[in-house]
Amino acid sequence: MKKNKTKTIQVNYLARVEGEGSLRVKIKGQKVSEVALKIFEPPRFFEAFLRGRHFTEAPDITARICGICPIAYELGASYAMEQACGVKVTGPIRDLRRLIYCGEWIESHALHVFMLHAPDFLGYEDAIHMAKDHASLVERGLRIKKIGNNIMRLLGGREIHPINLRVGGFYKVPLKKELEGLLDDLKWGRDAALQTLHWLATLTYPDFDQEYEFVAMRHPDEYAIIEGQLVSNKGLDIPIREYDRHFVEEHVERSTALHTIMKGRGPCHVGPLARYSLNFDRLPSFVQGAAREAGLESTCQNPFKSIMVRMVEILYAFDEAVRLIDRYQMPDRPFVEVHPKAGTGYGCTEAPRGICYHRYSINDAGLIVDAKIVPPTAVNQKTIEKDLWDFVAPRVDLPNDKLQWQCEQAVRNYDPCISCSTHFLKLDVIRE
Amino acid sequence: MAKVRKPKLAVWKFASCDGCQLSLLECEDELLALANNIEIAYFPEASRKVVKGPYDLSLVEGSITTAHDVKRIHEVRKSSRALVTIGACATAGGIQALRNFKDVKEFMSIVYATPKFISTLEKSTPISDHVYVDFELRGCPINKEQLLEVINAFLNGRKPNVSPHSVCMECKARGVVCVMVAHGTPCLGPVTQAGCGAICPAYHRGCYGCFGPKETPHTRSLSAQMKKLGASEADLVRVYRTFNAGSEAFQKESFLHEKK
Repeated sequence: MKKNKTKTIQVNYLARVEGEGSLRVKIKGQKVSEVALKIFEPPRFFEAFLRGRHFTEAPDITARICGICPIAYELGASYAMEQACGVKVTGPIRDLRRLIYCGEWIESHALHVFMLHAPDFLGYEDAIHMAKDHASLVERGLRIKKIGNNIMRLLGGREIHPINLRVGGFYKVPLKKELEGLLDDLKWGRDAALQTLHWLATLTYPDFDQEYEFVAMRHPDEYAIIEGQLVSNKGLDIPIREYDRHFVEEHVERSTALHTIMKGRGPCHVGPLARYSLNFDRLPSFVQGAAREAGLESTCQNPFKSIMVRMVEILYAFDEAVRLIDRYQMPDRPFVEVHPKAGTGYGCTEAPRGICYHRYSINDAGLIVDAKIVPPTAVNQKTIEKDLWDFVAPRVDLPNDKLQWQCEQAVRNYDPCISCSTHFLKLDVIRE
Repeated sequence: MAKVRKPKLAVWKFASCDGCQLSLLECEDELLALANNIEIAYFPEASRKVVKGPYDLSLVEGSITTAHDVKRIHEVRKSSRALVTIGACATAGGIQALRNFKDVKEFMSIVYATPKFISTLEKSTPISDHVYVDFELRGCPINKEQLLEVINAFLNGRKPNVSPHSVCMECKARGVVCVMVAHGTPCLGPVTQAGCGAICPAYHRGCYGCFGPKETPHTRSLSAQMKKLGASEADLVRVYRTFNAGSEAFQKESFLHEKK
């Protein structure tokens, strides 16, 4: 190859991610001269049309931001409204929220691990081609995913855009014996997750440890999913209501995307790696042991190993679901009454892809006057690009098709959820 | 024996949440069997492989909201033998059709600091406003059993068995007590097309119309009933303006309750 020749890796439509995005990497001679993760998902204006809606409608409406992680939106909106109105949901209703979130983690992580990400490691275009040679692996993945969806369906009414969640709790809560009907599958799932983790440990991962500022929620006694402080490995420790003081959406001149960065600190990394690395001590010891046995340390800075960390979280979610069902006592009422009160409320939960932040102001009549929603992929955008710069640099000599596939994989490490497009549009990086 | 050519399936996305195409991947029990009988020729959410068209069946998710997408849907139509829209966005403009009742420029300034960078149309429109559609599958999201039925029907050259009757029929078939009669809970079931299995009433809440209007819906009399139950005019506007706000019947009814 000539020294000054420019080559371009162009992926016009990123596959096996949710939503529409493209990627361009330009290499001039031996140097990366451009990385462009472009998001061409059309805007849908959720924050605008939430204005004037009743606060009780926010969970159903915001669910439509994302077909893969609707619970993150339904619960984020609910927590924010409850905070604004001075209501706290506790006891079995809170447990059920955690349980349905376990279902979302299981189905969403399983979709990513088995159908979107694993084919990269084994060299297949998709899970269906992979199934020809690895039938039992794909079948196991589908069954794990289905169990997650069964939790979603029992508690939420359906897998996509569940209908049973409301501000204050649920419309209807299950009988103990209905939940117990899930137990055999959940226990099978725990074993299957362990088995899959062992298998994932045998794959080859690029040597690519990165220096990130990890941001996740942290709870005094749980592996945080629905409530906690926002913490980082570099000293952040704040309640959710202070989010806007520390995170800002930057309008970058070269781009029409809003990039979330930490004020005065730069990009951060949210998602499974951040949760795991900040909350390893909150995992049950058998999950910690399984992670260590698979070769993971108590922190993980290699984004390619996110597939293993997701499997650790699936293992945890199965175990947590069993624990929550064991202690469940049906509450007298499926929800806490919430009366509107003028004010502002904040909600944040751990979507499968990372923190999902909500802020709403409502008036005395319960109508929304202002809304702000930040999905996890908006926060990770800058970090994904940074990864690509660092990843491509030592690999400029790889043949184009190989480099292209590896770059796609570097993006898929994040399981980016591009259709959560409330907050971003189009990203261009051009430096010549 | 001559090799039988598998029919080619393509899945396209416009403005949407991806939930309807995800329904295909949620067919955990049927997916591998389905893949044995059809060729998944274009489905970026699931595969990086791209097989060139024409396609025997195109499933289209999402609504048209940009000038680029207006062009793209014509290309999709040209390369498809049959084109089926899936979900409320593709059949009624989706939740993003709420912009149709407002000034989209104002919307842009609420969400984006520099609105001039944003390219979007003033209205969010269904696919059938732009090209001929062979069949519209309703729902926000669609029901996966109905999706399998539609794929099966098109690949076998028959009409899909998807009924246009109301959610009330499904409620009765399921033996669910009417939430409006028994509990006074407002419910869009009488004017909403079946397909979900009447889940909301089964979970003690009123239907919120995510499958859109049924054939010949009597929205006027339902609105009168909801008023009796305490709904204000403003409440009624919001009731009809959700995921199928752009559908003709719901849109018309919502205008009737808007302050002049």
